[in-house]
Amino acid sequence: MSDILRVEHLSKSFGGVHAVQDLNFRIKKGSIHSVIGPNGAGKTTLFNLITGVYTPTSGAIYLDGEDITGQPPYRLARKGMSRTFQNLQICMNMTALENVMVGRHLHLERSFLKALLRWPSITRGDRKCREQAAQLMEFAGIGRYIDADASSMPYGALKRLEIARALAAEPRLLLLDEPAAGLNPKETAEIDELIQKVAESGVTVVLVEHDMKLVMHISSHILVLDYGKKLAEGTPAEIRANPDVIAAYLGAA
Amino acid sequence: MTWLQSRWGGLVLLAASIAVLPLFLANNYHYDVAIQIAINATVVVGLNLLIGYAGQISLGHAGFFGLGAYGSAILTAVYGWPPLLALLAGVLAVAALAFLIARPILRLKGHYLAMATLGFGIIISIVITNEAELTGGPDGMVVPPFTLLGWSVTGAQTWYWLFGILLLLAVWLSLNLIDSPVGRALRAVHGSEVAAQVAGIDTTGYKVLIFVVSAVFAALAGSLAAHYTEYLTPDKAGFFHSIEFVVMVVVGGMASTYGAVIGAVIITLLPQLLTGFDEWEMVVFGAILMGTMIFLPRGLVPTLQGLLRRGTR
Amino acid sequence: MFAEFLQFLFSGITIGATYALVALGFTLIYNASHVINFAQGEFIMIGGMSTVFLLKAGLPLPVAIPLAVAGTVLVGLALEKFAVEPARNAQVVTIIIITIGASILLRGLAQVIWDKQIHALPPFSGDSPIAVGGATILPQSLWVLGVSGLIVAALAWFFNRTLLGKAILATAYNPGAAQLVGVNTRFVLLLSFGLSAGLGAIAGILIAPITTTNYEIGIMLGLKGFVAAVLGGLGSGVGAVVGGLLLGVAEAMTAGYLSSEYKDAMPFVLILLVLFFLPNGLFGARGTERV
Repeated sequence: MSDILRVEHLSKSFGGVHAVQDLNFRIKKGSIHSVIGPNGAGKTTLFNLITGVYTPTSGAIYLDGEDITGQPPYRLARKGMSRTFQNLQICMNMTALENVMVGRHLHLERSFLKALLRWPSITRGDRKCREQAAQLMEFAGIGRYIDADASSMPYGALKRLEIARALAAEPRLLLLDEPAAGLNPKETAEIDELIQKVAESGVTVVLVEHDMKLVMHISSHILVLDYGKKLAEGTPAEIRANPDVIAAYLGAA
Repeated sequence: MTWLQSRWGGLVLLAASIAVLPLFLANNYHYDVAIQIAINATVVVGLNLLIGYAGQISLGHAGFFGLGAYGSAILTAVYGWPPLLALLAGVLAVAALAFLIARPILRLKGHYLAMATLGFGIIISIVITNEAELTGGPDGMVVPPFTLLGWSVTGAQTWYWLFGILLLLAVWLSLNLIDSPVGRALRAVHGSEVAAQVAGIDTTGYKVLIFVVSAVFAALAGSLAAHYTEYLTPDKAGFFHSIEFVVMVVVGGMASTYGAVIGAVIITLLPQLLTGFDEWEMVVFGAILMGTMIFLPRGLVPTLQGLLRRGTR
Repeated sequence: MFAEFLQFLFSGITIGATYALVALGFTLIYNASHVINFAQGEFIMIGGMSTVFLLKAGLPLPVAIPLAVAGTVLVGLALEKFAVEPARNAQVVTIIIITIGASILLRGLAQVIWDKQIHALPPFSGDSPIAVGGATILPQSLWVLGVSGLIVAALAWFFNRTLLGKAILATAYNPGAAQLVGVNTRFVLLLSFGLSAGLGAIAGILIAPITTTNYEIGIMLGLKGFVAAVLGGLGSGVGAVVGGLLLGVAEAMTAGYLSSEYKDAMPFVLILLVLFFLPNGLFGARGTERV
C-alpha cells in the first residue's frame, strides 16, 4: 500500500464541541498534502490527533498500515512521524543548535549510565550530532544562526528552526502546522522552496495552511475541512472549482 | 571559550579550592562550616538537575535527605548493621520510594507539584517525629560513627576530605549528564514539553529519572552527614530544610551546576555572618530570597555569566 | 458515643471555618493572578498577634480588632505592590519562592517586632461552654462560625451582584479581555490581596482565643488552608468553603478516632490523594491545553 497515513471514522469531541467528526481520508507516500478550512474547522485538532497529543473519541489512525490510534507522541516519533506547531514550541532555554540536536534524540546513544560517566561513545555521538544539526540549519536556510541562542532569533527564523528540528529526526512523515503563519510574502516563498526541498528528499509532507497561494502552488492533494467534517478533497484545480469550498470560504451567493 | 569556562576549568578550580581551603581553616568550627557547605552543595547539585534543568519543583527534598540520614542511623544504631551496608541499603530504599511516587507526582505541574512535594516532605518529617521508638522522636537520636573495614572515619579533617571528594564527584557527574543527549532531553522537557515529546523523548520517564537521581544525591549526603554529626534530629527532614535547599538552588543559579555550589556556600555562610543578629536572621533570609527572585530571577551565577558575556562583546 | 462524635464534629467545623476563610483568601488571590500566595498564613498570624499587642497597649477589643485588620490589609497591599507586581511575568518557580520569601520575612519581622511567645486573646463573650446534645461547644466557636458564615455570604453577594465583584472575576478568567473593557487589572490585583489579607486577619483574630497565637502559627494554618483550597478546587469559592470544612472535620476525626499524633499529617495525605486522583478538586474546572 502506498498510503503512508490512513484515517478512518475519526472523531474528537471536547464536551459539547465536536471538533472533528467522522473523518475519513488517506495520504499517499511522497506527496505534499494540504489540509485547509476556515478557522475552527478542526485542522489543528486533526494534527493533534494524528500526532498523539489528543486521544480520539472514536475512530482509528493507521501509519503505513500500522494502527497507531491513541499512542503517545514520543512513540509515534519512533515510528517516523515528526511535526511543527502552530504556536511555536521552541525551547527558549537552549541555543538554536541544541534545539535541532534535540530533534536527533532518537538517533543518539541514550544510555543514562554512559552519559553520567561521559563515555567516549557519548562524546563522539554528540560531536557528530552537532555537525549534523549545523548542516540541517544550513539546509533550512538559517545557517547564520548556528551560534545563536534560540531566544535571540526572529520569528521567521524560529519557524525554520522548528522545521530543522523536525527534520533532524529523519521522519517518513512530516506534519507542518501553519508553516507560513506570520510570514511576509518573501519569507513565504522561502518556506515554499524549503518544503519542496524536503519533499524531494523523500519525506511525505502534510501541512495545515491558510495561505492559499502557497497551498495551491505546492500541494499535490488537498483536503478541505469545515466544522470538523470533510467538505471536499482533490487536486488544487478540483478544489479551486468546487462550489462547496467556495461557499464555505466566501459565503453562499 | 576561555579555559576557565571549559568543562575542565571549573572542575579544576573547584578541586583546587577544596585542596587549598584547609590552609585557612583555623579550628574545628571552621571545618564544620566547610563540611556543612559541602554536604549542602552535594544535595543542591542534585536538586538543581531537577529544578534548574528539568524545570520541575520539589519543596520536600529534605524528606529524602532525612530518610537517608535516619535510614543509616537506625540500621547502624538499632540493628547493628555495618555503616557502609546501611548506607547502601538506605540510599537504595530512598531510590525505590522516589521511583514509586515520581510518576504520579510528576504528572502535576507548577503550584500543584510544589504542593504535592511539600505534602510528601511534611508527611515524612511527621512520621520520623512520631515513631519515637525507632527514631528517638523530637529529641533525636545518636548515630554511631562511620566505619569502613574496621577503620573509623572520625575527625573534622578526615570528614572534610571525604565530603570534598563526594562534592567533586557529584559536580563531575552532573556536568557529564547535562552535556549529553540525556541532559539536552531534560532541558527540552523544561523548554517545551510537547516539543520534546514529538522529538521522541519520553518526558515522564525522564522526569522520573531525574527525580530519582536528585533523591539519591540527597539521601547519600544525608546518610554520611548523619555519621559525621553523630546525632540526628527530625528537623533535618523538615519543611524549613527543604526550603533552604531550594533557596540555595535559586539564589546560586538555576540550570547551573556551579551556581548550585555557590548558592550552597552563600546560604550556609549566611547564619555565620549574622551571629549577633540572631533575631534578624529570618528577616534577612526572607529579604535575600525575595530580592534575588525579583531582581536576579535566574540566580547569581547565570546573571554574572550573562553580564560577563555582554561585557566582552 | 454520639456525644463524642458530636464533640469532634464541633471542633472540626470550628477549625474548618478558619481553614475555609484562609482557603477563600488563597482562592481570591489565585483567581486574580494565578499566584499561590504562600504568605497567606502570615496574614492570620499578623491579625492575631497585632490584636494581642494592641490590647496590651491598652486599647479596648472593639478598637483593637478593626485596627489589626486594617494593619494586615496594609501588609497585604504592600506584599502585592513590592513582591508580586515586579515579578508578574516570571516563572511559576520564581513566584512561589518570592511568596515563600515573603512569608519568612514577615515571620522574621513578627519575631523582632513582637516576640516568640505564645499569646492568647480573651474570648469575645466569655468561655463557659454551651451544652449541645451531650457535647459542649465554646461560645468562641459560635463566633467563628457565625462571622465566617456572614463573610462568606457577603463575598458571595459581592462577587455575584456588584460590578466590582464581577470585574474581579472577569480579570480572573481573562486579564487581557478585562483590561480591554476598561477593568483596571492592577487595581483588581491590589484589591484581591487586600481583601485576602483582611480575611486572613479576621480568621486569625477569631481563632486566637481558642488555639492561642504566636509568630509561627501562620505556616501550618497557611498550608492547611491551601490544602483546603485545592481540595475544593482551586479557583472555586464554594470549593474553598466546603474544602475548609471537610478538612477541619477530617482532622478532628483523625485526632479523635485514629491518633492525635498524626492529625497534622492528615491534611497532607489528603492533598496527595486529591492531587493524584482528583487534581481539579471537588468543584474545580477541567481544562485542556491548546498546542
